[in-house]
Amino acid sequence: MSNSISFRLNGSEVSLKASGDEPLLFALRNALDLKATHFGCGLEQCGACVVAIDGEARYSCTLPVSALGGANVTTPEALGDDPVGAALLDAFEQEQAGQCGYCISGILMSAYALLKAESRPGREAIVSALDKHLCRCGAHGSILRAVERAAASLGGGA
Amino acid sequence: MIGNALPKSLQDNPELGCWVSFDRPGLIGVGSGKVELGQGILTALAQIAADELAVDPVLVALLPVDTDSAPDEGITAGSQSVEVSGASIRLALAQARSALVDAAATRLGADVASLSCRDGAILIDGQPTGLDYWMLAADVDWRQHVTGNVPAMPVGAYSAVGASQPRIDMAQKRGGAGFIHDLSLAGMLHVRVIRQPFRLACLADVDMAWLQRRYPGVRAVRKNDFLALVAADEHAVHSAHGEAEKFARWEEVAGLWQPAATSGEKITVLGAAAPHAGSPGIAARYSRQHVAHASIGPSCALAQFDAGRLTVWSHSQGIFPLRGQIAKCLGLDPSMVRVIHAHGSGSYGHNGADDVALDAAIVAMEMPGQPVRVQWSREDELSRGPLGAAMSASVEAELDSGGQVASWKLSVVSAPHAQRPGFGGHFNLSSAEALDGARLPQKVDDLPDAAGGGAARNSVAIYDFPGQEVAVRLDTASRIRTSSLRSLGAHLNVFAIESAVDELADLAGADPLDFRLRHLSDDRCRAVLQGVADMSGWPGSHPAGEGRAFGIAAARYKNKGAWLAAVAEVSVDEEIRLERLWLCADIGLVINPEGARSQIEGGAIQAASWTLKEEVRVEDDRVPAFDWSAYPILKFSEIPEIETRFIVDPARPPLGAGEASQGPVAAAIGNAASRALGLRMRDLPLTRDRLVEALMGA
Repeated sequence: MSNSISFRLNGSEVSLKASGDEPLLFALRNALDLKATHFGCGLEQCGACVVAIDGEARYSCTLPVSALGGANVTTPEALGDDPVGAALLDAFEQEQAGQCGYCISGILMSAYALLKAESRPGREAIVSALDKHLCRCGAHGSILRAVERAAASLGGGA
Repeated sequence: MIGNALPKSLQDNPELGCWVSFDRPGLIGVGSGKVELGQGILTALAQIAADELAVDPVLVALLPVDTDSAPDEGITAGSQSVEVSGASIRLALAQARSALVDAAATRLGADVASLSCRDGAILIDGQPTGLDYWMLAADVDWRQHVTGNVPAMPVGAYSAVGASQPRIDMAQKRGGAGFIHDLSLAGMLHVRVIRQPFRLACLADVDMAWLQRRYPGVRAVRKNDFLALVAADEHAVHSAHGEAEKFARWEEVAGLWQPAATSGEKITVLGAAAPHAGSPGIAARYSRQHVAHASIGPSCALAQFDAGRLTVWSHSQGIFPLRGQIAKCLGLDPSMVRVIHAHGSGSYGHNGADDVALDAAIVAMEMPGQPVRVQWSREDELSRGPLGAAMSASVEAELDSGGQVASWKLSVVSAPHAQRPGFGGHFNLSSAEALDGARLPQKVDDLPDAAGGGAARNSVAIYDFPGQEVAVRLDTASRIRTSSLRSLGAHLNVFAIESAVDELADLAGADPLDFRLRHLSDDRCRAVLQGVADMSGWPGSHPAGEGRAFGIAAARYKNKGAWLAAVAEVSVDEEIRLERLWLCADIGLVINPEGARSQIEGGAIQAASWTLKEEVRVEDDRVPAFDWSAYPILKFSEIPEIETRFIVDPARPPLGAGEASQGPVAAAIGNAASRALGLRMRDLPLTRDRLVEALMGA
């Protein structure tokens, strides 16, 4: 059973035929060919698939496309189009944040949602926003420094 | 340098042309058989190459690692990439530069001594000649062998090496085009494999009718105990995989499982131990359980059998041995199989990467012409790939009347490490066993000492004990599949040795740092210990047994690699928490300081996670499938503050950094926790349950 669902994706209207329970993650990676959002567990346990939906960091691995009608979805591909996203990309490059990089795109989206909502997050708020993300390489320190750098560069730093 | 002193990679791949190519104008293609695992090796090798050719590193492009074209450098493992591949690239490119300058001298009728190179241009007495590497490449015989006779750049001339060059692969990886998972072939079908729930599990029944009713677009491919689901729609095949227990029934066939033979205990005696004299001493047993690799991106592979040739895209750490085993398993000539490396999620040893490549190959052979993509599930990634081996290490040691160690015996018992594809002549691939249960390894041995040992890795203490007896035995009784996980036996062996040294220091009434130093003549080990003590303000000011303490430990990786000393500050309340970590390392010449720091600190955090939290639950000699909810790893809110310092002497050859920290960090945490508690914690992981057990037993 397929219905047509319309929502905003990275600033453009998209219309997608998706079976009722197809998660956004598979639709992004396959039908929409946007592969920066990663499959990590499919269980809302690791954060590799996080995207921003209406400004909130959400797991895309379990979120059905059918629930997205009218939503505003942002994926890592569009980060550079927004000053907050661009500041994050730059800060992650400057800090060489991450090691293998697999977890990074999801972490960028949680950091993006955080910095959109709160211009001066302290270390605790950043840790709290990222705590649902797993990083196996142990790159946590550089990632935290990168988010702090982005916040500071946006003028939000203390 | 004489020929037989060449690095192994050059002995195996002597032609200059497989190390460098000038086919693309303005770019220098550098060949390496070593692969990116998230450790930043491509960037480090590009820096080495740039210096030898006197070019900016942006001009260097690492060539694809492909069995059709790349030098065969075996496996990317054991912290050997900078040491071996880096040294090979250095010698090869020095010879390439010399050959290009010779060619320029011939064209110009000039004296070689008057020529120099800058960013690929040839200069004469510092002035442009109009010649460059790309024009001159046609004049060079690239089939010539690398001799090792052309001197490499002196250390003082390095420009790229020693700088923190940014990673060359990260922008793509943030943007959706960096990983094997992101590859897409036209018309590609999605595949999930229903894995055997335990080794030699027999696929008793597949309810194809149920599957067809529920998932009409999903096709099953079955070969003996191998079962794969194939569909154009990834969501459909993923959902069907999630319901496998509804259509696939597995059985145990009694009597099939036979433990592999092994060579028995290996005993090494160093020096002459003082006879046991009933003097004060310790007898203690330390252990760890099976540990999962737990990459964030589950294993993935693509394959296509077309025009008589099988092409496999894989994030394996060893595409050449993998090609050999895939060919053997499928009855193909190796020349019919091509394996192309594509980057995977962080890899810390022999995980599911090779297994999934064979999965893809099997399905591709069943569907000629059809490209297929196999993606493992989270549960399979954690529980069905090879695990890091459970081990125990027991120490018996005595002190003499002066409080010095008089006798030392370490006995290691370990599940096998190093069961990579082709090792020991075995397939060591999950689906090879599903196709034919007779393919389980029949005889298993530890890695040889020359390769650093597996269970035996770091089983010899670095201290000047009057004698050491070291016994290492593999335990092959379990059917649980184990293989190489970062640092192999060094994690537990260093934990055991450095815990026991702390226990002996207590017995001698000595400070743990002083006790180590008075048994230690290895200057570089002394330097990292003293360095980390200075950094941390050792021994700290926490009163013993009151819930917060420092712990110290050191080791030299493989007893021949990098030195690293760690101080951990731990607090104990309801659970053991790592608050701060100081690391002091000597890895010789540092190619990329930020990259090296990232490897050392990342290794330390991963080791802290193993040490504090990680064990795979085993029931009835099987591993029940599990996900992250049953296997927590260290989270952002549990990460310690870390400070790292290198003792740098550029004149010393570079040493791998990725596996230096696991053992010392584990031991420093254990020593700190034991001091904070006032009782010894010997069994890993140091979870809340173990803490309660220890307190109840005290």
